[in-house]
Amino acid sequence: MSHDNAIETEGLTKNFGALVAVDRVDLSARAGTVLGVLGPNGAGKTTIVRMLATLSEPTAGTARVGGYDIVRDAPHVRSLIGLTGQFAGVDELLTGEENLRFIGRLLGMPTRDAKARARELLAQFNLSDAADKAAKAYSGGMRRRLDLAASLVGRPRILFLDEPTTGLDPRARGELWGLVRSLVADGTTVLLTTQYLEEADQLADDIAVIDHGTVIATGTPTQLKAKIGGQTLRIQPEDPAQLEAVGGLVTERFPELEPLVEAGVVTLGVNDDAIMPVLAADLRERGIVLTEFHLGLSSLDEVFLTLTGHRAESDEENETESETGQ
Amino acid sequence: MTAATLDIPADVAGRPGLGATIGQTLSMAWRQMVRIKHNPFELVDLSLSPVMFLLLFVYVFGGQMAGSTTDYLQYVLGGLIAQNAIFLTMYTGTGINADLRKGVYDRFRSLPIARSAPLAGKIFADLFKQVWSVAVMLILGIIMGFELRSVSGALLATVVIVVFALAISWVSVLMGVLADSEEKVQIYSFVVIMPLTFTSSAFVDTSTMPGVLSTWANVNPVTHLADAMRGLLSSGPIAEPLMWTAVWAVVIFAVTAPLAMRAYKKKMV
Repeated sequence: MSHDNAIETEGLTKNFGALVAVDRVDLSARAGTVLGVLGPNGAGKTTIVRMLATLSEPTAGTARVGGYDIVRDAPHVRSLIGLTGQFAGVDELLTGEENLRFIGRLLGMPTRDAKARARELLAQFNLSDAADKAAKAYSGGMRRRLDLAASLVGRPRILFLDEPTTGLDPRARGELWGLVRSLVADGTTVLLTTQYLEEADQLADDIAVIDHGTVIATGTPTQLKAKIGGQTLRIQPEDPAQLEAVGGLVTERFPELEPLVEAGVVTLGVNDDAIMPVLAADLRERGIVLTEFHLGLSSLDEVFLTLTGHRAESDEENETESETGQ
Repeated sequence: MTAATLDIPADVAGRPGLGATIGQTLSMAWRQMVRIKHNPFELVDLSLSPVMFLLLFVYVFGGQMAGSTTDYLQYVLGGLIAQNAIFLTMYTGTGINADLRKGVYDRFRSLPIARSAPLAGKIFADLFKQVWSVAVMLILGIIMGFELRSVSGALLATVVIVVFALAISWVSVLMGVLADSEEKVQIYSFVVIMPLTFTSSAFVDTSTMPGVLSTWANVNPVTHLADAMRGLLSSGPIAEPLMWTAVWAVVIFAVTAPLAMRAYKKKMV
């Protein structure tokens, strides 16, 4: 069997009681690529992954993973996928090697093969030195790597990574990114959820931005950055009374940009570095003194601001509801 | 990127068959045994309460209950073994509850393995703890002066405990799946097991109990299990209590195992 799309969802919906956690989501991931699902806490990312990994059944809509229906052909789906969740699914009392050997045995490998596969993965994930230490003695980054290794024992063709780097320091995050890249280079299809635009930008071939359970934007990182402005320019006049004047000037000069005037700062998404010196000259000419004039990579917060007009507040009310709903 | 399409092998595994399910259950049990290997104190921990019960019941109550501590020991050891077996099944529920909350079961459920394997593996491994506890109590009992009827009786008693535990573990599994914390599993278990084991023939002759209580005590599964233990280990009838123990085991299993599996599947939606 051959498919262009390793993952495909149509109108995927999940309700927890009255709460619509995932609302008519259409996603597709081409085989051998990384689909980044970007959104704040409580946006429905984990619920989507849980449905695709057959842990939870959708309320409505369909999804196919590796060509198999996630409900009707769930056992087939399970033999194609690997899952690394937000909470490490490793046994803390067992050593790293035992954790991996255990999964191998569960998958029906003869003991010798399970041992060999465990050693191979430990080496690949730079955990050989800690192979015989209990997982509870591992650092956060090591535990995530072990967890990722555990999801790879059966050589899955499709891998779900649910916020794989949340809570990791930058170095551990970089190491994990490297591992994901090498898996994709070997032909694995990856669906990755993240709260970081930078992570999606670094790893994903396609990105779907999720908010309140719905897809609010899709595209390649380049397309999305073009749409939302990959960078954000913050302009803060010394005199707050000049805020409107700054906003007006930006619109006058660059009518295609939509500056946001809020809390004493004008923020605008930009794609072109050349805007900065032009605005700087104009502002000086009008005698507007600035306390901040800063160009930086857009955060998820700013992406959301551009796409939805509201900040990416983590929807804590929904989060608790969805948890009790389970 | 080398391949633009996803190559799915034609023989993608579907639902695991019986052989595979048994293999997976054994692997799950293996994990539990490795946990004991890394944390052998667990065995000491779970021997503590039966040892204490045995010493306290025999030496504190014994003289009053049966005239002499040695005589009471002959009566109560079977009852204590029965009570302890039922208490031990509580750990099956607490263990499953912990794994469920820590996300370990999410991993299991994303693997192409039988849905029942994680639960069955845990129950299976916990039977080892049952055998261990029976051995600890029998050895201590014999040191204290218990007159064992025969070695084959002791072996058969252990088998009965294992089979009965296998059935009633599902009550604990059900609680482990439904409760939202380990502490709650413990509280629920305590509230059920304590009165259940005390309103039986485990520690005293049921004929001394008031009417209604005595009627209940005579049908209580713990009474039959305790009587069967006494019969096999020291003296008294064997066949009848053994039959009623088996009937109870089948009934409890038939009711709670499907309920636990249903709750387990539903929990994950």
